[in-house]
Amino acid sequence: MGTNNDQPSIEPRFLPAGDTALVVEYGETVDPLINRRVRQLAAAVDANRLAGIIDLVPTMRSLMIHYDPLVLSQAALIDAVTPLIAATPDLSGIARRWRIPVCYEGDCAPDMAVVAEALSMTPQAVIDRHTAADLEVFMMGFLPGFPYLGLLPEIFDLPRRPEPRVKVPPRSISVAARQTTIYTIESPGGWHLIGRTPIDFYDPDRAEPILVTAGDSVRFEAVSTTAYQAIRQAVVAGTHDLQCEIINE
Amino acid sequence: MSNIKVLNPGINVTIQDMGRPRHQHLGVPVSGALDPDALRLANALVGNGEACEALEIRMLGPTLEVAADAVRVALAGSRAELEILGQEPVRLPAHQSVRLVRGQKFRVGALPDGSTATLAIEGGLAVPQVYASRSTYSRAGIGGLEGRALREGDLLPLQLATAEARGERRLANDAYLDDGGPFRVILGPQRDFFTDEATALFLASVYTVTRDADRMGMRLDGPVLSHARGYNIVSDGIVTGAVQVPGNGLPIILLADHQTTGGYPKLAAVISADIPRLGRLRPGDEIRFEETTVEAAEAERKAREARLRRLIEGMAPAGAWLDEAALYRENLISGIVEETSSGV
Repeated sequence: MGTNNDQPSIEPRFLPAGDTALVVEYGETVDPLINRRVRQLAAAVDANRLAGIIDLVPTMRSLMIHYDPLVLSQAALIDAVTPLIAATPDLSGIARRWRIPVCYEGDCAPDMAVVAEALSMTPQAVIDRHTAADLEVFMMGFLPGFPYLGLLPEIFDLPRRPEPRVKVPPRSISVAARQTTIYTIESPGGWHLIGRTPIDFYDPDRAEPILVTAGDSVRFEAVSTTAYQAIRQAVVAGTHDLQCEIINE
Repeated sequence: MSNIKVLNPGINVTIQDMGRPRHQHLGVPVSGALDPDALRLANALVGNGEACEALEIRMLGPTLEVAADAVRVALAGSRAELEILGQEPVRLPAHQSVRLVRGQKFRVGALPDGSTATLAIEGGLAVPQVYASRSTYSRAGIGGLEGRALREGDLLPLQLATAEARGERRLANDAYLDDGGPFRVILGPQRDFFTDEATALFLASVYTVTRDADRMGMRLDGPVLSHARGYNIVSDGIVTGAVQVPGNGLPIILLADHQTTGGYPKLAAVISADIPRLGRLRPGDEIRFEETTVEAAEAERKAREARLRRLIEGMAPAGAWLDEAALYRENLISGIVEETSSGV
């Protein structure tokens, strides 16, 4: 991660989001290289943090800088960010790699049959592809602790469900548009549910309620329904050890 | 334990402070007061720090009972009255503090003007902080009292055991509630997803706030805006006040509980100086928009902040009649127990 020779040589656009946020937009498409450039800029702005900056929200293709207009003007913010665009800080040292168990069968995977049919493959082949590689957390959004992960193989370029579900169970693993997500709490949702993890990606009672952040990577591992239930019991009892390794610290 | 007891919860009354703006990168919505100026004024009236948590009332207020030796409260953001119940109810105007004693019941009825009012309580409420804020975000069950709106029978735990007797305060001038005119907007960040005609139509038309309005946002009714390049974008960040336009072409203005990111094009954003009165709009209100620049918006925000500072510094002692009324109620409710000690 973080090498410079794979960076797209695009110049970002500065776009105002009212007088309390500045958007630095690198593109309009889903592209991991654009996303990496966005996160590099976020790291650079964070390392040179101006008074008045409130939060840095990287998304798939742009960085939103929230700021206090009583402390900082948008013009001064643009002046400060502009020289950081040329800099390409190394993102290594901040990434964490998570191993996340997922049950891909039975009640945990209500849309597996539909997805397998749409992709013209067996459920086992869907599982093999979903667990085949480390996935990057591109951005957080939609719900507290809700990560957008990818990219999945091109065959996963599925549209959303025609009718969103009113209630998606918490810890559901979903896919759409070559990305995969974990619903952190019960919520409406339009993506296809192919599994469920016993791990809480958001737990308000945990010392750090939110598990992952943009830049982390996640590897899913298939477990049986029995194993899923056992891990869930351990998580609820507070005896489960989360598997996380720090890469390149 | 000192509490305020909820006899009638009103509708969607929640605990709110200035929100949790520093965790949006983790997907945590900001939440917080829809009308931050009212929160600051109400808190200043009871002697709190301006960012202290308070009760946010939407349309219809609660009926509450003092379950502490004394509490001090103040209402702001509306010209609703604070009604102290009893055989001879006393109606107090908004924008002044009042000290109430154990057993006294009081209510804020239907708001006569806007959609939102704030009831501050001296010392604030002893509910847990989540990400450095006590604001309620009902959708995820975060913050406030168990992450939800008030219910009948709730006990709101007070930070202070009691409120000491002292002079009360009032706002000298509540003309801030009369702020009018078009809502100033800065076009973007997805202005180029709309035709020039659509942008011109948006700026020239009257829109009506629909009933589909809550703490996340409000749908508007009015002329349909045409997208030039479709209505799905790859998600990007959202600010409070953003005007997003989904496939049906009718704008939605996003408010305090908005998601941190979203996939509809955003034509414009209401400037921060106009956010407080945006939070007071109610279904049926007719509004217009006017384009402005970032520089002008920054000047407006500074002017608004200066006015708020003047309002807070200019707060005056409340009239004697109010103190007499409060004492009268106190004696009616608590009988003659204080007669000997206070000499009243």
